[in-house]
Amino acid sequence: MPIFIDRRLNPKDKSLGNRQRFLRRAREELKRTIRDRVRSGRISDVDAEHSVSMPARGTDEPRFEEAGDTGRRRHVLPGNREFVPGDRIPKPSQGAASGSKPSRRDSEDDFRFVLSREEVLDLFFEDLELPDMVKLNLKEVLSFKPRRAGFAATGSPTNINVGRTMRNSHGRRIALKRPKARELEALRRELEELEAGRQNEAARARIAALVAELERLERRRRVIAYVDPVDIRFNRFEAQPVPNAKAVMFCLMDVSGSMGEREKDLAKRFFVLLHLFLKRRYDRTEIVFIRHTHEAQEVDEETFFYSTQSGGTVVSTALEEMRRVIDARYPASEWNIYAAQASDGDNFVTDSQRCISLLDEAIMPLCQYFAYVEIIDERESHIFGSTDNGTSLWRAYSTVEDKWPNFQMTRIARAADIYPVFRQLFTKQPAAGRKGG
Amino acid sequence: MPAPLRKSGSGLLFSGSDWDFETLSRAHEAIEQVALEELGLDVYPSQLEIITSEQMLDAYASIGLPLMYRHWSFGKHFLYQELLYRKGGRGLAYELVINSNPCIVYLMEENTMALQALVTAHAAFGHNHFFKNNYLFRQWTDAGAILSYMDFAKSYIARCEERHGTDAVEAMLDAAHALMDQGVFRYRRPPKLSSEKQREGVRERLDYEARTYNDLWRTLPPAKAGERLDEAEEKAAERKRALNLPEENILYFLEKNSLILEPWQREILRIVRIVAQYFYPQRQTQVMNEGCATFVHYTVMNTLFDRGRISEGAMLEILRNHSNVVFQPAFDDPRYSGINPYALGLDMMQDIKRIATEPTAEDRDWFPDIAGNGDWRATLLDAWANHRDESFIRQYLSPALIRKWRLFVLGDAAGEAHYEVGPIHNERGYEKVRTALADSYDIGATRANIQVVDVNLLGDRRLRLQHNVKDGVVLDEESRDATLRHIRKLWGYEVSLVGIDLQTGTTVYERSTAQMGE
Repeated sequence: MPIFIDRRLNPKDKSLGNRQRFLRRAREELKRTIRDRVRSGRISDVDAEHSVSMPARGTDEPRFEEAGDTGRRRHVLPGNREFVPGDRIPKPSQGAASGSKPSRRDSEDDFRFVLSREEVLDLFFEDLELPDMVKLNLKEVLSFKPRRAGFAATGSPTNINVGRTMRNSHGRRIALKRPKARELEALRRELEELEAGRQNEAARARIAALVAELERLERRRRVIAYVDPVDIRFNRFEAQPVPNAKAVMFCLMDVSGSMGEREKDLAKRFFVLLHLFLKRRYDRTEIVFIRHTHEAQEVDEETFFYSTQSGGTVVSTALEEMRRVIDARYPASEWNIYAAQASDGDNFVTDSQRCISLLDEAIMPLCQYFAYVEIIDERESHIFGSTDNGTSLWRAYSTVEDKWPNFQMTRIARAADIYPVFRQLFTKQPAAGRKGG
Repeated sequence: MPAPLRKSGSGLLFSGSDWDFETLSRAHEAIEQVALEELGLDVYPSQLEIITSEQMLDAYASIGLPLMYRHWSFGKHFLYQELLYRKGGRGLAYELVINSNPCIVYLMEENTMALQALVTAHAAFGHNHFFKNNYLFRQWTDAGAILSYMDFAKSYIARCEERHGTDAVEAMLDAAHALMDQGVFRYRRPPKLSSEKQREGVRERLDYEARTYNDLWRTLPPAKAGERLDEAEEKAAERKRALNLPEENILYFLEKNSLILEPWQREILRIVRIVAQYFYPQRQTQVMNEGCATFVHYTVMNTLFDRGRISEGAMLEILRNHSNVVFQPAFDDPRYSGINPYALGLDMMQDIKRIATEPTAEDRDWFPDIAGNGDWRATLLDAWANHRDESFIRQYLSPALIRKWRLFVLGDAAGEAHYEVGPIHNERGYEKVRTALADSYDIGATRANIQVVDVNLLGDRRLRLQHNVKDGVVLDEESRDATLRHIRKLWGYEVSLVGIDLQTGTTVYERSTAQMGE
């Protein structure tokens, strides 16, 4: 007699530990892949699964292998049709060798596998130096709330719906004519009376009949259960997403010549992070891209990051454009408005004052949050590190920062500097009033 | 309408494609009866485990053992297998069998009942019998102990990771895995595990030497002056003797003699070495093992069908799967990817059956000892027990089969623009084709032969390896250098590899870790 073991219910992810080890091993390469992906892809695509190709370095398993193209070998092959000893067959040209099996490395090199969302975010966050709590918060999926949705025949015991169950049981007992306790009691009483009374022929016959009847009923009662498994009903719950408000995120960026590849890359990471934060909190997020030189225009993501435009720098035009878009499409009563501005700090000298008044009067009252990042050279970060000195835009915005608590500004020289901008956003999370729904 | 059955309907083991444990058990019983009584198999008790496709992928990734220590390379293989499977590029095996006692057989839950029966006959009886009786497995592996050993290995390596850090353990496993092919004993039984016995052996040997000591030997005149070894060579010979060199099991050598390894690192090398040794017989008996299992399932299923225990529909499904498994395209077919061990094994075994029962004059010529002996069962049982692929082919590949397969030899010399056709399936070629095919299954001849030949522990401590180059086939340079670097990590000092041509004795190449960067 063989032993049968049903392993199907055993935990499935037996090789999860191996997968984690493998990802750790290939971490650097995967990180670079993800970084490139963020650089070239769309902001909202970061927060998803990604398929990546097998990293080449660090994951090969060398062993002594014979080189395929050396020495003399003999192959034994089946299916000879026309050859006789001594025949010569020209070798196929390099690379198209038929019948030779591709080496292990070739076949594994070009295969791609899928990184889960969590793994992608882990890699993305790594050099942003986010605190663990924040990482957790960002990775958290949309919250669900169980909502009653009818009844089900299966479920966990805690969800038994007693009313339903008893109603079913009652109906079944009636339909199957389960003897009632009352009927039995009546028979028993009659039996007792008869036994106590005079024992004549008729009484004895009646007693025997009663005993038989009693036995029959009792057996019936045993067979037909009071509550049968088929009666049981459970409350059914459906997970429903908690309704969230919608948010719009404005990305403002100076695209004049002074913004180079590095600056744009940092800015993009900053925007990605803000988008992730918003996506966690709001059901629906939209992104509006506004670029500006001495004039501003709303553009699509592609143009925003990759096309350059020449011209001077007038920041207020971007703010004007933002106000126009808000008025046209995103009424503040329905949308949570977030704005992120990236710039190298250059501005037309007389324009800064106009920016302040625009922010003060038109934009800040509508915004949940306005973040300004000034992207500076790493060398400059030593000089400007803590002082209020700086570009004209920086000085101008400093006055706005003092006045509005939901205005944040910072200088960024490295990727690790990005996170502090968001700190306040997070501490404010519960208080940030959600509007509409 | 079904063929006439002995008992109306109830004679069938199963009907329909669904299975349950009761049916499985009934089928197992019927198969067991046929396998043991008709074929005379001798098997370990079997343990059948039902698993899902995901679990099958898991099992693939950990090279088929139910318990395996953790390492990133298994994760990589898992991703690879998973990709192939998801893309539909490759189906999963219907079963997986482990050489253990009891013999563990994994059955996929998706299999239909007919397939489950086929797989049970194939794995739980065919493979199982082979594992229990073949001399290689009997000699080299311990079916009773492998599972508990892997349990130990897994927890030992997990403990090492806790104590010494994952990175340190990983580095050690990487290096050890690179040497897995060079981590087996080919010609002698591995030393017994118990140190008690080892000490006893050493004592006995010393005793023996003391008892048989004879002063007379000292008085013998020295060998002729010309042949006398000079002092340096004598010293080298002396230290080679002390280290038991040359040694082909590089992992074993490093485990015992490395100058820098900690005890836990040596234990890890040992674990990898034992796993490699455990799989060594399987690599040498692919054709026989699969052939034996296929022959058994084919015979058992046909017997059951003849007895009316399997319906025609189920038999058709079984045959379809069977013929998929033993499909052998010709060399010029785009589907050709080498000789299919299932097909070759099954054909050879059926050929043996034919030779034993209906021999031709040619067979009597070639196989005088088995032709017409009538007892094909005993002949096969004997072949299964006492051969590996190489010797099996050398012994039993018949001219009839060479003709049926239309086998021919193709010479392939690097640097020439042509392949040259060698012996083919004709009177003059049979012997040579057979020898060439047998040679291609000789694992000793097909794997690079690399040995530790010398090390001067008192001098520069350079570890000298020698690659005996056969037929001019050298190593792939990139992976060779990477592997040498791994050996250097384990040895701690310089490692050099010399390629010596076996036929001419000339040095083909020389490479040392001193020549490469880290």
